Amino acid sequence: MALLDTRARDIRNLPGVGVTAALAVAFLYAPILFLMLYSFNDGRSISRLDGLSFRWYRAVFANEEIGGAALNSVLLAVIAASLATVMATAAALAMVRMRVRRKAATYAVLNFPLMVPEIVTAIASLIFFSAIGLGLGFGSLVIAHTTFCIPFAYLPIAARLTSMDAGLEVAAADLYARPLRRFALITLPLLAPGLLSGWLLAFIVSLDDFIISSMLSGPGSTTLPVHIYSMLRLGITPEVNAVSSLMVLASALVVILSGLISRRKT
Amino acid sequence: MQDHGDACRLTGLGRTYGRGASAHHALGGIDLAIRANEFFTLLGPSGCGKTTLLRLIAGFDQPTVGEIAIFGRNVAGMPPEDRPVNTVFQHYALFPHLTVAENVGFALRMLGRPRTEIAATVARMVELVGLEGMEKRRPDQLSGGQKQRVALARALAPGPKILLLDEPLSALDAKLRQRMRSELKALQRETGITFVFVTHDQDEALAMSDRIAVMQGGKVQQLGRPEEIYEAPANRFVADFIGGANLIPARMGPEGAVAEGLGTIPATGTGGAEVTLAIRPERLAILPAGGHQPGDLGPLTVAERIYMGNELSFRLEGAAVPLHVTLPRGGLRGALDFAPGDRVALRPEAGAIRLLAS
Amino acid sequence: MKLHRLLLAPSLGTILIFMALPIALTTLYSVLTPAQHGGVIWQPSGEAYVRLMFERDIFDDTLSFNADYLQILGRSALQAGFATILCLLIGLPTAWFIATRPPAQKSLWLMLVTVPYWVNLLVRTIALLLMLRDEGPINGALQSMGLTDGPLPLAYNNFAIGLGLVSSFLPFMILPLYAAIERFDFSLLEAAYDLHASRWQAVWSVILPILRPGLIAGGLLVFIPGIGSYLAPDILGGGKTLMLGNLIGMQFQGSRNWPFGAALSTVLMSVTLIALILVARRAAREAA
Repeated sequence: MALLDTRARDIRNLPGVGVTAALAVAFLYAPILFLMLYSFNDGRSISRLDGLSFRWYRAVFANEEIGGAALNSVLLAVIAASLATVMATAAALAMVRMRVRRKAATYAVLNFPLMVPEIVTAIASLIFFSAIGLGLGFGSLVIAHTTFCIPFAYLPIAARLTSMDAGLEVAAADLYARPLRRFALITLPLLAPGLLSGWLLAFIVSLDDFIISSMLSGPGSTTLPVHIYSMLRLGITPEVNAVSSLMVLASALVVILSGLISRRKT
Repeated sequence: MQDHGDACRLTGLGRTYGRGASAHHALGGIDLAIRANEFFTLLGPSGCGKTTLLRLIAGFDQPTVGEIAIFGRNVAGMPPEDRPVNTVFQHYALFPHLTVAENVGFALRMLGRPRTEIAATVARMVELVGLEGMEKRRPDQLSGGQKQRVALARALAPGPKILLLDEPLSALDAKLRQRMRSELKALQRETGITFVFVTHDQDEALAMSDRIAVMQGGKVQQLGRPEEIYEAPANRFVADFIGGANLIPARMGPEGAVAEGLGTIPATGTGGAEVTLAIRPERLAILPAGGHQPGDLGPLTVAERIYMGNELSFRLEGAAVPLHVTLPRGGLRGALDFAPGDRVALRPEAGAIRLLAS
Repeated sequence: MKLHRLLLAPSLGTILIFMALPIALTTLYSVLTPAQHGGVIWQPSGEAYVRLMFERDIFDDTLSFNADYLQILGRSALQAGFATILCLLIGLPTAWFIATRPPAQKSLWLMLVTVPYWVNLLVRTIALLLMLRDEGPINGALQSMGLTDGPLPLAYNNFAIGLGLVSSFLPFMILPLYAAIERFDFSLLEAAYDLHASRWQAVWSVILPILRPGLIAGGLLVFIPGIGSYLAPDILGGGKTLMLGNLIGMQFQGSRNWPFGAALSTVLMSVTLIALILVARRAAREAA
């Protein structure tokens, strides 16, 4: 008896999709892995491996300029992500839990930074800060980064809040909890995973930025991507590979962290 | 049963959503007095306003008009956290990040009671609902029935004057629901707290309540003891909603109500008035059409025989509306059986026919 | 003030003051006169927009048509468009594959696709350049296999920029498509088969129409950052082929003509907003 070939009819097994997916992933990863491999090169070349060593990592750690830029980047990302998370949390509470007039327009404003091309944000900020006389430097960077981080923090926080049962806050009121204690004891702890993923997303987005920082950073407030870019004037060196690899490592850590959080939240 | 003062008095209570043409009157002009220590049930189909009423008493929503007094105190504008009532929510609303003990002790903590008192009360409540040993668990580690008990214990722990229960049994399976009915009733008797219970399940309401308010369209249709509601429904809606009834249109004649295809039913009333006869399906005997006695209804034709295990039911045609008759199996009446096409007559039990204004 | 206004005020205020206002100011700057070393003189001038299409003779002030800047604009749109189509061709099968895996594999694949998005874009672009260089591993492999005599010109051209755009924004295409496919009710397919559709007919007439919102979202997420992209043309194009983003950037660095940069940026912002509004209106019409 001939069996009906259900596999051939099952649309989930369209020919070629698996191969395409594998190629897509290879296309995304191969350059990064190649770069990381060459960061361990013992020689000065970036096209010929002369044995493996941590030579260029030692050079990176010994380089005070790189260290300073990295510190600036992390400090900037921490401050911007924290400010954006606080503001986004307040906004999400209003949008999800309260009656807001002109909700669609408010939502559009909250997401506006996502719709503006980065280069436009960069030069608009430059024009604005020079017009109001606030010089370039760390202060301008903090303001600009906080602004474009708000929607990135907002989206996961609002999503979490939407999926939370509003009935729990009602139940807490029924059990004699006043508004502030309701927020502190019920809303905030349940919202925590959303807050953390919102903060991490904002943190990484701030760390990732190059164009806006390059337009706004003054002397002494150079961020790591801006510094790496300036290193490129001398061509790609194993040192560039090493510091880039460290940034890949940092990103991977953040992804793993946020993956663990989202797994724990259920 | 020493105190028969009112636990909760509702006066002219109304709640309207929206304004103008699109306004929805969820509740209109409710006057009710819920007595202390009673098990009071709000019964009605979904959308009848029973949950709105409960939310108004709890303080989750504010009335458009009217007053609510709890033990003589007007609670207008008072937020839920200031009202001496607690709620068992339909889907329990247990705090997922807190343990069973923390959930049960939550209200006492909010009220600033000392630690030792909280611990003692929690232990007592956990024992009361039979959850000893589960104190450290979180809600997602509990079964549906256990969550239900935690919700009960949590609402009882602060010693509310009134306990509001919003369809608390609806999420449980049939067997567990039966058991929880008796437990809830026992708990109410033990604690002496006034229970206000919301349900759409008439069996639940009849089995547990001291008094029932049947609601429909934002109004109370009938208020009374379970027996009164079932035996003497006040109107078509109550007769149909509670237990189901044959509702037969009739017209008042000189000797009684005349119903098409059934004959004359002795009754008094204004001649020519349109009325409705309500007869419960289980209060009719079914006989072969031959032995017709005065007072019997019919003759009618059997259209369908429906076997339902513990009972046998027939659908009869020949009257203005199809009639249903239900016979318990195995009893004396169960000895008789009919097939579609048989001609039969109906003999109502004494007092079984209720005359309702149309 | 009502509580919800108080809660919304910081975010809305920050975005309006530090994002919307600067963009409005940029539009204003685009009709001012450039100052010698950056900045502006507060004197209205349409020169920046004239310059988009015409060249002014330095001696007699006559205008002659000059398509250089329009070409850059067109090339940017074309590059971004090609990248969007390529992302779609790669992204749709990939998203389909991921969404139809069993749950455990699904989250692994999803993680694999998401991680590159979290890696710094500058780093990713440098890494791609390493691959494409004449001395890079691709040319190395081709030559050692004897397939080519000399290195293929993979880097520093439009091809490299296009590849850079695809690798930069591919995750943006895959994720919304994945979300759309994930929500897809596969019993609709069984219904299509039951109604005598072949497999490809089912894909064409059932799946694609249902996935369209996801396709549009993904397309926008690639096209918008693509048309204004800065790093890919700068690093992978080797400064030989400009795109709009670089041209704008230049006006604020070397050549310093702020009003012209502001005008270009206003054009880019307008293109972006028009695309977004068209899509939003279409979505609203379909919802109605």
